[in-house]
Amino acid sequence: MRHVPKSRIMVSLAVSATALVALAGCSGASGSEGADGDATLTYAIWDQNQQPAMEKIAAAFTEEHPNVEVEIQLTPYKEYFTKLQTAVSGGAAADVFWMNGPNFQLYAGNGVLAPLDGDGIDPADYPEGLIDLYSYEGELYGAPKDFDTVALWYNTALFDAAGVEYPSADWTWDDLKSAAAKLSDPAAGVYGIAASQYGQENFYNSIAQAGGEVISADGTTTGYDSPEALAGIELWTDLIADGSSPTAQQMTDTNPEDFFLSGKLGMFQNGSWAAIAYADNPDIAETVNVAPLPAGATGNQSVIHGVANVANAKSEHLELAKEFAEFASSKAAADIQAATGTVIPAFNGTQQAWVDALPQYDLQVYIDALDTAVPYPVSKNTAAWTSIESEVLSQVWSGGVSAKDGLAQLAEQMQAALDAEAE
Amino acid sequence: MTDLIAQRTAAPISELDRGRSAAPGEPGRPGRGPRAGRRRGPAQSAWWALLFIGPTAAGLLAFYIWPTIRTFILSFTESGPFGGSEFVGLDNYVRLIEDPELLGALRNTALYTVIALVGIPIAVAVAALLNTAGLRGRSVYRTLYFIPVVTMPAAIALVWRMIYNGDYGVLNEMLSVFGIDGRSWLTDPSTALVAIAVVGIWAGLGTNIVIFLAGLQGIPDTVMEAADLDGAGPVRKFFSITIPLLSPSIFFVSVISVIGALQVFDLVYMMLGRSNPAMPNTRTIVYLFYEAGFSDNERGYAAAIAFLLLIIILVLTVVQFRLQKKWVHYE
Repeated sequence: MRHVPKSRIMVSLAVSATALVALAGCSGASGSEGADGDATLTYAIWDQNQQPAMEKIAAAFTEEHPNVEVEIQLTPYKEYFTKLQTAVSGGAAADVFWMNGPNFQLYAGNGVLAPLDGDGIDPADYPEGLIDLYSYEGELYGAPKDFDTVALWYNTALFDAAGVEYPSADWTWDDLKSAAAKLSDPAAGVYGIAASQYGQENFYNSIAQAGGEVISADGTTTGYDSPEALAGIELWTDLIADGSSPTAQQMTDTNPEDFFLSGKLGMFQNGSWAAIAYADNPDIAETVNVAPLPAGATGNQSVIHGVANVANAKSEHLELAKEFAEFASSKAAADIQAATGTVIPAFNGTQQAWVDALPQYDLQVYIDALDTAVPYPVSKNTAAWTSIESEVLSQVWSGGVSAKDGLAQLAEQMQAALDAEAE
Repeated sequence: MTDLIAQRTAAPISELDRGRSAAPGEPGRPGRGPRAGRRRGPAQSAWWALLFIGPTAAGLLAFYIWPTIRTFILSFTESGPFGGSEFVGLDNYVRLIEDPELLGALRNTALYTVIALVGIPIAVAVAALLNTAGLRGRSVYRTLYFIPVVTMPAAIALVWRMIYNGDYGVLNEMLSVFGIDGRSWLTDPSTALVAIAVVGIWAGLGTNIVIFLAGLQGIPDTVMEAADLDGAGPVRKFFSITIPLLSPSIFFVSVISVIGALQVFDLVYMMLGRSNPAMPNTRTIVYLFYEAGFSDNERGYAAAIAFLLLIIILVLTVVQFRLQKKWVHYE
């Protein structure tokens, strides 16, 4: 051996740069039209649990339009938006697809979505918070498909063992804290509550309950520099500090929900999507129930979020795509969804079937939360500041910086990101 | 990462073998090439060369060189969220130099690389032990050491996450037997990077051992016998004969290890995740690239990061090639 093949090593250097190949994107076929007016619409979704319901809805649409077939494309949530963005750039996105709040304005603001301006949808049929979420500059772009609010799940066995009364509708933060302290038993590895660094399930709610906001209603100003926001964050960091919750480190190591599922957690705030998962889990199905969130200074608000059906503005069958987006959020479609018990349909009046699907839990609390629900915080480029949020707050949660200093830093960086959006 | 390494090593092993078989005393090799060349004539052999290089060259061009050029161009642009890009000159590079996260990422990557290099002496030691004459069950040991190389990185990350778990991990369970209080290894900023590097070393050990075994088996018995006659003990033989004669393999492995370590991403991504409190102490350059390119969707900026890494790797590799003259012994 005279020398190591130099060229081979030099070539392998290039590997570092080629990771970008993946950015160049991929493409796929969009809807196609046959000679006799037959059309195939593509419909992109991310939840496998809901696929059967979506197939039924697609079949119902084909019944009304015998020439039209709807092909469902399932992409796991983790890759859904990365793939969608690439597909839109390459002109290969589905005709109709699911959209969520954090991404909506980015798509609507860049002309990717078609406004739903026809007669097929009446905003009065849906919760106001969802219509607001999917309107951009006064026009509705998304037909609300479902919604989720947040409530307080609790383990009755642990409450009974500790002799603590179950959470009730008139609970305040103080009740929550004292119950959590009583339920905690470090020797047995039992904690009162999981004060995890979750926005939608935890601190987005508590900031609203304290009278603060994460972002101004017009999505241009941060709300993290207010004393109310600080109170909303400290509710959780205090619970960790006094040992009523596992530490941030523990909850990074072990998924906080796993503590609840293994009977080691007295209380766990979670969205309405959790109901069916808990009912199907033999370990805890019998021992858990759900109550409204505890009230802070201004009430017990929950954030409301929901998925919407949107039509691709570049669809080859634009009118059909808009029609299907509206149909997939109509009463007929909502009834199909509600019967499966997976998610709460957004169409007003169809929610009862979802509540009735699991009579063993007080699921009505999720519907009642609509009355005071606050919108999920979004802006034109939500991802730009949520990445800052999760990074800075991880230092607050782990105790690396104080909540006060952390929020000051977060407010400054988030405002800079929002100002950049506005340009 | 691991599969890339596996691909790269296939050729070098044969390279090593060829080198060994051409050891002095074996007839045939000198003159074989030139003689063949004279018979066919230079024009004809050029055609043959092209034919053999062609498929590889085409692949390289399409999948390595062209994307590299595109990446380079991309690094001078700023792209919109749904395509369309504008030329921004050196803006991305200026921003990169001013990015406070870059310094942390460089520091973390450098630290990871230094720790990862500890894997080389471990691999040499294990290979030497596996090469001991009369070792029973040698193939069993070799298989055991090689299993991590053929295991999916995702599975490795998942299992090690469980091992390192602060509450229920096997590691802390074992430590508690000795009365040592464990910790959340992957979320503690002071241990997370080391914890990941240990997994990286473990996962790459098998490949390195195979390369060193090939090198060890090429060391002629006559040299060892001569040392025996001169009265050298096993330790003396290891340091005075084995290590120097193995130095070409060690050099190759260290070049590949440094490149691999500088590109570490999968373990950080799968074992830590973005809201991990230890992230500022574990974010590597490629992770920074991933965040920019895929989370924040700033492709031009991500391309600039990729190019910075390319330059760093280039410089370090050139330095290694310069330094090899001082310590690598070719026969």
